[in-house]
Amino acid sequence: MTVIIVIICYLALLLGLGLFSGKLSRGTSKDFFVASHSIGPFLLLMSVFGTTMTAFALVGSTGESFERGIGVYGLMASMSGFVHAAVFFIVGIKVWRLGFKHGFITQIQLLRARFESSAIGYVLFPVLVMLVVPYLLIGVIGAGKTIQGVTAGLAPDLFGGVGRFAGAVPIWLSGLVICLVVLAYVFAGGSRGAAFANTFQTLVFMAMGIVAFFFIVRAMGGLSETAKVPARIVEGGMVVQEYAIDEEVHRVKKLAEPIVVGKVTDAALAEKLKGKQPHFMREEVSVTYKKKTPAGELVEAKRDLGVNPLTFLTYLFIPLSVGMFPHLFQHWLTAKSAKSFRLTVVAHPLCILVVWVPCVLIGAWASGLVPWGLPPAAVLSFVLNKLVDNQILVGLLTAGVLAAIMSSLDSQFLCLGTMFTNDIVVHAAGKDRFSDKQVLWIARIFIIGIVALTYWLALVFADKGSIFDLAIWCFSGFAALFPIIFAALYWKRTTLVGVYCSLAAAVSVWLFYFIKSGGHEITIAGGLMPVTVCVLASAAALVIGSLVSKRPSDEAIRKFFPTV
Amino acid sequence: MRVLIFLMAVVLLVLHQDFWLWGNDSLFLGFMPAGLAYHSAYSIACAILGAIAIRFAWAEEDENA
Repeated sequence: MTVIIVIICYLALLLGLGLFSGKLSRGTSKDFFVASHSIGPFLLLMSVFGTTMTAFALVGSTGESFERGIGVYGLMASMSGFVHAAVFFIVGIKVWRLGFKHGFITQIQLLRARFESSAIGYVLFPVLVMLVVPYLLIGVIGAGKTIQGVTAGLAPDLFGGVGRFAGAVPIWLSGLVICLVVLAYVFAGGSRGAAFANTFQTLVFMAMGIVAFFFIVRAMGGLSETAKVPARIVEGGMVVQEYAIDEEVHRVKKLAEPIVVGKVTDAALAEKLKGKQPHFMREEVSVTYKKKTPAGELVEAKRDLGVNPLTFLTYLFIPLSVGMFPHLFQHWLTAKSAKSFRLTVVAHPLCILVVWVPCVLIGAWASGLVPWGLPPAAVLSFVLNKLVDNQILVGLLTAGVLAAIMSSLDSQFLCLGTMFTNDIVVHAAGKDRFSDKQVLWIARIFIIGIVALTYWLALVFADKGSIFDLAIWCFSGFAALFPIIFAALYWKRTTLVGVYCSLAAAVSVWLFYFIKSGGHEITIAGGLMPVTVCVLASAAALVIGSLVSKRPSDEAIRKFFPTV
Repeated sequence: MRVLIFLMAVVLLVLHQDFWLWGNDSLFLGFMPAGLAYHSAYSIACAILGAIAIRFAWAEEDENA
């Protein structure tokens, strides 16, 4: 029950902060959409970082490291730090300057002006919405499942249910509460409310990762002891755990006899890696192990530790997605000045470091302590429960995971409302058709609609596990659109035809691989990420389409390249 | 200066591919695996490059927007 009380307190605090920020609102649509360009460096850093990090930063990073080892940091985190900061510097600041000067609130407004085409907005709008909606679903379902996991067994009489989650707060209830809390502060405060709430939430989830790390290290006997714990490859290619958690005293103890948890499939590789801890390297090692099915039956499973070098190289295209996230675009435009970006450019890679490194280490250590059949997403809470056994801390960590989820959800709800209002309704009806107050209410009503739709879809897809695999496809889709925004800002010769060619190439290549994968994460040609082909095809089509078509007008070029 | 910063970014991009540490499980400071320590330092290097870019490649037009 303590966990639930902590979560309720957290949500109440968040709601209060969001509603308070609504009091600071100037009551205009500009304030609702882009906080009247008033957000300073620290709030911008926190809201941008909070928006780009999801629950994956805490729970997923630990689980991935448990499955594949420390290579996930280089694969997903350090390169993201580089690419994100570069995109903020190269694209974000330029977008802010143009948005501030010409009054753009959305990407579509910018692209319509750049390519002097109304139609491009109607083509791009459904593409962006289709890529954002699964991302929203992942957030709502993720929040519901997180709460379901930590409240299992809480109130069987009240909530019913069977199996592992009997008595847990059901997803329909937690999803509803999360949606209503986010809706309330976005409705009241718009982008200012989202910036305030994101700052609070980002601080919470950053702090919770560090707190969890501190308590776990203490329970393991100090940092120097932790390195002994990860699973080890021994004679005959067996993978063993030499340590275990003593649940009575909540400490790690060395076992008299190691427990065999798996076996390396390649005998020659097993001999080469004898005595090594595979989770501390990136060498690719296939290991068979036993895991329980939901019916309780023990079956053999295979796990691929390490990282394929080609996957490691081509994963760099994934973080390009931040250049086309519509919710991030809107956050950029809330900045008070271009100078506000400076802190974000410098501190973003460091914030990633602070959140990811502790979680990646915990995941690698867990390989030597936790049953290998445990779902990766459950590793962090499992280790915390067994080693720390403090319900307040578990509640706070859960609040941290929710914080990471909600700090993305709010921006996504807001951006969809903003795009629909400005790019579709106001654009189609004409700028003078609605008063500023009416524009504000159209956005709010649409946000209510999109929250309701998201909630309904989340209930429909809650039991379909593959929905979480969609994240990588959302990112790949946005990354495939990156050449469009980059060329629009930096290549004067880019034309509308080029953009259409790029869009067509990005969508068709993306759809081809998405259908081929069945919605799961795949690699091609020995480890290549499909996003590589999506981005390169999109860029090539943009260049060819632009070169074979008529140059854009001098007026459009002067507007976007004033030094010409 | 912008060209130099661009070259530094390219070098940093190349340095991300630390193939020489792939099979290295030795520890830095007694607890940090070499590959993770390297990429943690890499994140810090990204922050430093960001600071250098802001200092020496900041577009003045952005200030006056």
